[in-house]
Amino acid sequence: MYAAPFNYHRPKTLAEATRLLQANKDAKLLAGGHSLLPAMKLRVAGPGMLVDIGGLKELSGIAADGPALRIGATVTHAAIAASPEVEAGCPVLAEAAAQIGDIQVRNRGTIGGSLAHADPAADFPTVMVALGASLSAAGPTGSREIPAEGFFKDLFTTDLAPTEVLTAVRVPTYGQGTGAAYLKHRHPASSYAVVGVAALVTLAAGRCSRVSLVVGGATVNPVRARAAEAALAGQAPTDAAVAAAAAKVADAIKDPLSDYYASGEFRTHLATVIAKRALAEAVSRAQR
Amino acid sequence: MKCPVSITVNETRQTAEVEPRLLLVHFLRETVGLTGTNVGCDTSQCGACTVLLDGRAVKSCTVLAVQADGQSVTTVEGLARNGKLHPLQEAFWEKHGLQCGFCTPGMLMTACDLLQHNPSPTEAEIRHGLEGNYCRCTGYQNIVASIQSAAVAMAAKK
Amino acid sequence: MATRIFGSAIKRREDPRLITGQARYTDDFVLPGMAHLAVVRSPYAHARIKRIDASAARALPGVLGVFTGQDMKDAGFGNIPCAWVVPGSDTKTPPYPPIAIDLVRYVGNAVSVVVAEYRYRARDAVDAVVVDYEPLPTVADAWKAAQSGAPLVHADVPGNVCFHWKVSGGDVEAAFKAAEVVVKDRIRNQRLIPNAMEPRAALAQYVSASDEVTLWVTSQNPHIVRFLLSLDTGIPEHRIRVIAPEVGGGFGSKIPHYPEDSMVIFAAKALGRPVKWTETRSENYKATIHGRDHLQEVELAAKKDGTITALRAKVWANLGAYLSTASTGIPTILHGLMLSGTYAIPNIHEDVFGMFTHTTPVDAYRGAGRPEATFLVERLVDLLAAKLKMDPAEVRRKNFIPPFKDGHTVATGLVYDTGNYEAALDKALEMADYEGLRRRQGDLRAKGQYIGIGLCTYAEICGLGPSQVAGAVGFGGGLWESAIVRFHPSGKVHVFVGVSPHGQGEETTFAQIVANELGVGVDDVTIFHGDTSQTPMGWGTYGSRTTAVGSGALMGAITKIRDKAKIVTAHLLEAAVEDIDYADGKFFVKGSPSKFKTIQDVALMANVAWNYPKGLEPGLEASAFFDPPNFVYPFGAHIAVVRVDVETGEIKLERYVAVDDCGKVINPMIVEGQIHGGIVQGVGQALWEGAVYDESGQLLSGSMMDYALPKADAFPRFELGMTETPTSVNPLGVKGIGETGTIASTPAVYNAVLDAVAPLGVERIDMPLTPERVWRAIRDARRS
Repeated sequence: MYAAPFNYHRPKTLAEATRLLQANKDAKLLAGGHSLLPAMKLRVAGPGMLVDIGGLKELSGIAADGPALRIGATVTHAAIAASPEVEAGCPVLAEAAAQIGDIQVRNRGTIGGSLAHADPAADFPTVMVALGASLSAAGPTGSREIPAEGFFKDLFTTDLAPTEVLTAVRVPTYGQGTGAAYLKHRHPASSYAVVGVAALVTLAAGRCSRVSLVVGGATVNPVRARAAEAALAGQAPTDAAVAAAAAKVADAIKDPLSDYYASGEFRTHLATVIAKRALAEAVSRAQR
Repeated sequence: MKCPVSITVNETRQTAEVEPRLLLVHFLRETVGLTGTNVGCDTSQCGACTVLLDGRAVKSCTVLAVQADGQSVTTVEGLARNGKLHPLQEAFWEKHGLQCGFCTPGMLMTACDLLQHNPSPTEAEIRHGLEGNYCRCTGYQNIVASIQSAAVAMAAKK
Repeated sequence: MATRIFGSAIKRREDPRLITGQARYTDDFVLPGMAHLAVVRSPYAHARIKRIDASAARALPGVLGVFTGQDMKDAGFGNIPCAWVVPGSDTKTPPYPPIAIDLVRYVGNAVSVVVAEYRYRARDAVDAVVVDYEPLPTVADAWKAAQSGAPLVHADVPGNVCFHWKVSGGDVEAAFKAAEVVVKDRIRNQRLIPNAMEPRAALAQYVSASDEVTLWVTSQNPHIVRFLLSLDTGIPEHRIRVIAPEVGGGFGSKIPHYPEDSMVIFAAKALGRPVKWTETRSENYKATIHGRDHLQEVELAAKKDGTITALRAKVWANLGAYLSTASTGIPTILHGLMLSGTYAIPNIHEDVFGMFTHTTPVDAYRGAGRPEATFLVERLVDLLAAKLKMDPAEVRRKNFIPPFKDGHTVATGLVYDTGNYEAALDKALEMADYEGLRRRQGDLRAKGQYIGIGLCTYAEICGLGPSQVAGAVGFGGGLWESAIVRFHPSGKVHVFVGVSPHGQGEETTFAQIVANELGVGVDDVTIFHGDTSQTPMGWGTYGSRTTAVGSGALMGAITKIRDKAKIVTAHLLEAAVEDIDYADGKFFVKGSPSKFKTIQDVALMANVAWNYPKGLEPGLEASAFFDPPNFVYPFGAHIAVVRVDVETGEIKLERYVAVDDCGKVINPMIVEGQIHGGIVQGVGQALWEGAVYDESGQLLSGSMMDYALPKADAFPRFELGMTETPTSVNPLGVKGIGETGTIASTPAVYNAVLDAVAPLGVERIDMPLTPERVWRAIRDARRS
């Protein structure tokens, strides 16, 4: 309940934030704080310094960026869920955001925080990989773009260097002919994703010209269900075809996570069922 | 390390020197002395500590007082105006939306946020909106009825 | 007074302070010089304490002291008493030190306490205390603790058996021999964590000059705590004041006298400053009692026509590492004696083994023994119905005890007060459109969709209770109640009661009773409770007793007030006392209703005594004690409808119908609220909740991240109906309603789920019915 003592700084610019990270090896960034502060209160994390970037204008805002949306790292889940730009350009992102935690969590938690923390049971990482998003990072040596697919490395581990700040996410938009859905099995206690599946389908002439299917929650990082995608690509999206493809989701799940609520075997099974339902929903939306 | 903070609480500016680790809920309960906001858990789930921060419902046990510097907070003590209860308070009283009362301040503040953004919620939307507020006494039904009743009263006033 | 106040759903008197944040719970109190106590707790379930090094902790600025169990013992603080020892069961009562001295016996067992200027610093100090442990072998499961070779929790308790209790009626052996049908089950009534929303807290202020202490504490029964503190603190009872201020829920978990009550008193004495302790939620999960935790082997004997002839059960009841205040009575008296349920079962036998394990102590939790009884009976009845291919409602109806108004004795020896079980079932079946539900179930099954309909008919024992019975069964106190009714000169009323409500609404319902009986306005009455220096001795609020027993005392005082008022009125009206009658707030001369005095007139004259009967004492105040002649037995029938997603195992509660009978109803809104809350807790046990220990005694469900509490979006609107069968046990004819919802909903929902998946070959699933468990049960049944 009570964190150990630490120092706190609220930098006025991103450059100042980066300098603080460079100068203090045990500093962590703070935005919404809804992953970091709970860990600190339980004393499973104990950074000596918090660098509060929650108010930095450079990291805020949702704006059109060509065939994509640029979402600032400190944009809250609530803002994404309520954003007309997101609803118009990339509605599955709003759908996922609306399923995170609860009203209060969504009012504080940020997309940058969620992605940088890389909790296996989080919702955004799965959706970002499925959408082919890219993440912008800024550090002492400059900025870079990191594709979502390679961003999540291991348990609570991303490609970000300790002195880098995630500044924005670039999410490709989609329109007529494409549908996407995010469905999750909510842990009844924590509300996190025991299994969360993001499915995106583009239809052309009655066949699936693009299938993106990513499973989160079952493994340490979100996994792309390649065999399932390949099975449905080029096919007409009948119930049978969707079911057959979803059954191949199991192939993608190696070393599933396991706890007393849901074993690895059950998560794998759940993933195939939720994938089937998410694909069906994505297809239905693509057909609108 | 101590940091100066200036936080407007229920329209009154409160200033103090605080440790960075001081949670907003303890700032409210102990530094300011407003004990209406309660602490029910230590994993940011139960919602008993919910307050409005710049108008939005947040769990004050998961916000540092230093993060709220320069912002405004509304607690349950700030709901009634000039001795007149807020329609949500009236509704909870009318519809028996509380028993032991411990979760109630948090419920009221979340309900404020809910109705502000969705003035005519369905029952399902209300129940879903209470995901971050646990109650062990009421079984939720009368809390839902209270919020529905308040929604009607608040719409009528406009 | 046109509107009937008794039976009215008036708004609660408690609410204004609660909805404005002005109520004061224990952690809200701040006293001058107050310091904060935190507890160093064992991370091992069983270990020897080799060394405690507090030097780093003491060196932290703001730390005022670090203390051990030996320090407390040296200061004259004794072990935590167990206040219920059931006779005839060879009960062992090993010592329970408030802070462990040599051995820790559960994860969370206190090892040391630190006191600091501020709560954050106290937490830092906890981390800085270095304890050297020698881990020892552990056993966490009650059945495993009973096996030979299991590690011993207490060296002088062989086989970890705290007690062996039996109840017997009729001849079960013969009945099973002659049985035409037998059904069996192995039931795990899983361990639960009560999770009252307010964590426990205790604040002690000690005045050394007069050796007096005031303890503010989150208690359901301050007088019991005061009495037990007088036994283990060395401070005599009349110099202990226990105050339960606003208390945020209890459900039984705030009945016990806990070690922390003694710790804060000890620290306040040692440091000369008030000391407050407030648990965190994760701490609560280890340090506050758990509920239930039975392993039950059960069987039912019957005739082919569905008539039940016998019930037999063997239970291993997990008590945890130490005996909490009421531990031993819960799985015995409050459990085994209710095995007849609503049925006329002529032969009943149960063996209960109370087992010590290396886990958090187990004590009363909403229902306290009766959910564990009702579940097993209702499950067996459903199994019988399935085996005989009879409708579960018809099997129940066939076996009901017929309606009775003047007591009915069951095979275990209990005498139920009043009951009409068939009427409740009929009403529930009608409200649910049971036949329509079965038809819909059939239609959906044909389409490969599965809904289930689950019944529970229950009778439960509450309104604790007759004090002679309490004594006979080893409860270390009485179970009567008390009330003082005091009229002030202006006609306003103060009522002081020995019960201690914490959300149940008696500040409102008791005012309704006074208003109804004496003609005062409901708003002219204030009810006081929870302060041992202000209220008469009482036994607290639990076991659905506050209204059933508390109202008896209140009525006793009211009757004395009315009798005295008649004497004063007679004097004022120059009439004979026998000629004075009372109705609707007026004391009047029989036959001349225009000659009357109001209770306010009487109150004023009694207080000033200017024109007053000779020999009559002034004042209009009366106190009364009520010892109920029996328990009360509310009853009802609940029906749950669930939908099972057989692909994922997920369960949705679609409908819930509850018909309950709690006798006369004082405030229907408050009664409904109790039923709602009770239902949700019981559904929690069926579908989500469960305290999980691993083999080494580590509590895996260590926080709300793991322990799934019911949330608002999982429930439909409950459909409530009532029947009214008053009791003769108390003057108002009221029974209890605080626990019935929980007792009934667990079996109703469980039976519904099993009913849904029965066509798939599933016969049993352990609670909680998580999606994985349901999915596996279906998959395993398909494979076999």
